[in-house]
Amino acid sequence: MKRLPSWELIFLGLDFDSISLPPGEDFGIKSDDEDIYQEDNLEHDTGFGNIVIVNNLPVVPREKFEKLEGVIRKIYGQIGVIKEDGLWMPVDSDSGKSLGYCFIEYNTPQEAELAKEKTHGYKLDRSHIFAVNMFDDFDRFMKVPDEWAPPETKPYAPGENLQHWLTDAKARDQFVIRAGSDTEVLWNDARQSKPDPVYKRNFWTESFVQWSPLGTYLATVHRQGAAVWGGEATFNRLMRYAHPQVKLIDFSPGEKYLVTYSSHEPSNPRDANRVVINIFDVRTGKMMRDFKGSADDFAIGGTGGVTGVSWPVFRWGGGKDDKYFARIGKNIISVYETETFSLIEKKSLKVENVMEFSWSPTDPILALFVPEFGGGNQPARVSLFQIPSKEELRQKNLFSVSDCKMYWQNNGDYLAVKVDRYTKTKKSTYTGFEFFRIKERDIPIEVLELENKNDKIIAFAWEPKGHRFAVIHGDNPRPDVSFYSMRSVQNTGRISKLTTLKGKQANALFWSPSGRFIILAGLKGLNGQLEFYNVDDLETMATAEHFMATDIEWDPTGRYAATSVTSVHEMENGFNIWSFNGKLLYRILKDHFFQFLWRPRPASFLTPEKEEEIAKNLKKYSKKYEAEDQDVSMLLSEQDREKRRMVKEEWEKWVNQWRQLHEEEKLERQKIRDGEASDEEEEYEAKEIEVEELLDVSEEVLSFDD
Amino acid sequence: MKGPLTFLKYNRDGDLLFSCAKDHNPTVWFADNGERLGTYRGHNGAVWCCDVSRDSMRLITGSADQTAKLWNVQTGQQLYTFNFDSPARAVDFSVGDKLAVITTDPFMELTSAIHVKRIARDSSDQSGESVLVIRGPHGRINRAVWGPLNKTIISAGEDAVIRIWDSESGKLLKESDKESGHKKTITALSKSADGSHFLTGSLDKSAKLWDTRTLTLIKTYVTERPVNAVAMSPLIDHVVLGGGQDASAVTTTDHRAGKFEAKFFDKILQEEIGGVKGHFGPINALAFNPDGKSFSSGGEDGYVRLHHFDPDYFNIKI
Repeated sequence: MKRLPSWELIFLGLDFDSISLPPGEDFGIKSDDEDIYQEDNLEHDTGFGNIVIVNNLPVVPREKFEKLEGVIRKIYGQIGVIKEDGLWMPVDSDSGKSLGYCFIEYNTPQEAELAKEKTHGYKLDRSHIFAVNMFDDFDRFMKVPDEWAPPETKPYAPGENLQHWLTDAKARDQFVIRAGSDTEVLWNDARQSKPDPVYKRNFWTESFVQWSPLGTYLATVHRQGAAVWGGEATFNRLMRYAHPQVKLIDFSPGEKYLVTYSSHEPSNPRDANRVVINIFDVRTGKMMRDFKGSADDFAIGGTGGVTGVSWPVFRWGGGKDDKYFARIGKNIISVYETETFSLIEKKSLKVENVMEFSWSPTDPILALFVPEFGGGNQPARVSLFQIPSKEELRQKNLFSVSDCKMYWQNNGDYLAVKVDRYTKTKKSTYTGFEFFRIKERDIPIEVLELENKNDKIIAFAWEPKGHRFAVIHGDNPRPDVSFYSMRSVQNTGRISKLTTLKGKQANALFWSPSGRFIILAGLKGLNGQLEFYNVDDLETMATAEHFMATDIEWDPTGRYAATSVTSVHEMENGFNIWSFNGKLLYRILKDHFFQFLWRPRPASFLTPEKEEEIAKNLKKYSKKYEAEDQDVSMLLSEQDREKRRMVKEEWEKWVNQWRQLHEEEKLERQKIRDGEASDEEEEYEAKEIEVEELLDVSEEVLSFDD
Repeated sequence: MKGPLTFLKYNRDGDLLFSCAKDHNPTVWFADNGERLGTYRGHNGAVWCCDVSRDSMRLITGSADQTAKLWNVQTGQQLYTFNFDSPARAVDFSVGDKLAVITTDPFMELTSAIHVKRIARDSSDQSGESVLVIRGPHGRINRAVWGPLNKTIISAGEDAVIRIWDSESGKLLKESDKESGHKKTITALSKSADGSHFLTGSLDKSAKLWDTRTLTLIKTYVTERPVNAVAMSPLIDHVVLGGGQDASAVTTTDHRAGKFEAKFFDKILQEEIGGVKGHFGPINALAFNPDGKSFSSGGEDGYVRLHHFDPDYFNIKI
């Protein structure tokens, strides 16, 4: 241990100043340099970074010192190697008893940090719960001035209107594309059949970009962390979040928080990767909470990605209020709330053998799936829990289940559970669905089996904001697509089938975000077959193709759809923009194409009733826009015509120049050809002639008024 | 044809069509009905290029067998063989047919070269002597043609640069601008009917139009596939591009039959107006009949397709 004045002095509240810290400290003052982030540096220059202070120890007389010390050593020695003479339990010189706290010094700050994490809150017994702090933290707390001085009020500087893009006069939507090393944000100007640039930047991100869920921010990812950009007219950097080697990010649905993830190679190659997850407040950049651990802790359930972790690890619940987030662990679901960023009721929800969970998109309801275990003694089940009460709202046992997948409808009205069941012989599986009607009293459950039970389910999708869903099913290379509604004509409480389209070249479903229309797509092996289908009228609007398309995304309004070919393929990289009914509006080719993402819009402020009224009276509202459209297209043709005229004039000039030279050289040419007839006479020439065509003859009788 | 096509050329009168392919034997056809007239036997390697004299009496061909040969068009008789130390590639008769330019590929230590040979009126007087040899370490030269009044030779090839040489001294007069020029190998070159401008096609998926005398870039046409062949209509302001696929992308290409197309562009507005599908493989050769009423395309699939335009073609308006 470093030489210090005696410990007693420190904790009698005196003379903290006698501890001199090495010069050059700059706690918390981040460098303003463009690209230098303050590294997550655990090596504090104090040299005291590897010391923890454990408080709330029992106060014991001298006789019990050894025993207490032994207990502490046992606990703390397991986490790391306590340095020689690294455990010090100060004693009250008057009473001879321990003072109730101790110092523990490790060899590295990492061990100290780990000790703090693992033992803070540890219950030695009912009245002694460890409060563990880093030594350095105390220094910070001691620096707080004794006199409270009210904070200065800075003059009000209005921030930029980050929602400005929504006020576009032409009601256009934006999208971001990444091709090569450029990232570009553009307007989709469908009237002019081309994209209109907003902002472009080379090397804007080091890996990928992502919009925040309501479209306010564009996030970029760099070696040192993540950053968000936005603004009124252009994209300024609004905030940075330090997280070295960040790999993945996730926004909370209300854009209040940003979760960042990184995975690091362990020092012992046989251990799992070390995972670091940070949660930041988006607007202030403050880190609200961090999670550190081994990849094994975070990889329960679901399918693992490259690092064995299914992202996002923390799933947000309770809709746009960003109130809760949860993750799955071994036999537990840990649900946190964002007031304090700690577990609800300070403990996780214990569910033995839980494999999968998902939140309702709008309400704080958790759906859990527990697979069968005990060799068939305990059937599989799906349960719905209300948060924060943790009350089980509904449960259903499922027998002979091999696997299941949960699909929420985006208004939280329905939950579909696709259940794969073993046949009696256990040799194969067949699929069925359980539908939970969440908003109805007692949450009724309805079972649905396909007409052909053995059909494999290739895709399932709810209609956004609607009561219908689509399923692609079948075993052939051309499967069937069926549409169902959660209501039927006679009874709003029963599922009914609307139609089955047979033999379609589709393997993916893309509903328009406003419902009613859907694209049946054949991606990957089916080479980009697209069918634009109207589910209201149950008819195909158009079939088209975007050869080799890898991705499809509707714009947030449901007016346009973008299909793109990314650099997974070498050729034909770029994207197409289609109208909702399948008309190709324009096509942009870009080599090395990586991403196409529409900028999301926040939810409409209209009530559902108002929306319905507008839909009913669409003709009345659209009349004034039709006139605008006419004007624009007239203007466009004017501009087009002007441009063409100029280009043609320029060409004429060239041609005349050449003709002149050609004439001048005529004689020479004849000579070279030994006097052979000049070529002009035998050259063909195109002449433009006017042809009058009689279109129609019609007679009209006019009446005279006398 | 038994092998992939490499080049197509109409004679001045537009009644004969000459085709070259990798199968060693150039062929001549009637241009209106596609009936085969005959083949010219004698080469031992792929034939890359050919040109026919103004009077349609003589044909010159360049081949990978390291020779260029002069033929009697009517009889098919070999008139003369020019021998080289490396594969011959592009050939072109001068105005007046008294000279011919022949290019050779880089081979072993030899660089590519442009040879000018005198063509004798009477083939028995023909000599193999070069009037001029231009050497340059510029990669393979894919096309070389004569400039107006035979004063210049224009070459283009693998290094994506177009060069204009003085045909008498062999001095380099002009080079195309690197910024605005092609970015990858130039595969094709086609002169306008009056020679005042020419079109180049490149693997960089574009074709460019240049002024022959000043080498100014006038127009650029962009497509989605590498360009192997180009042609200009002598009658209307249209440009045709034919191409294929990168060899590396073979397994991912659209294998639906007959989908390789010759793309038509408006020459002045640089906009695509349409395409003619039908080839089963990349298109390597394109040529317009001098009367502008038909054109032919040759593909990797070994087929030569003859297309006659219907009256609507001449009424196309953008």
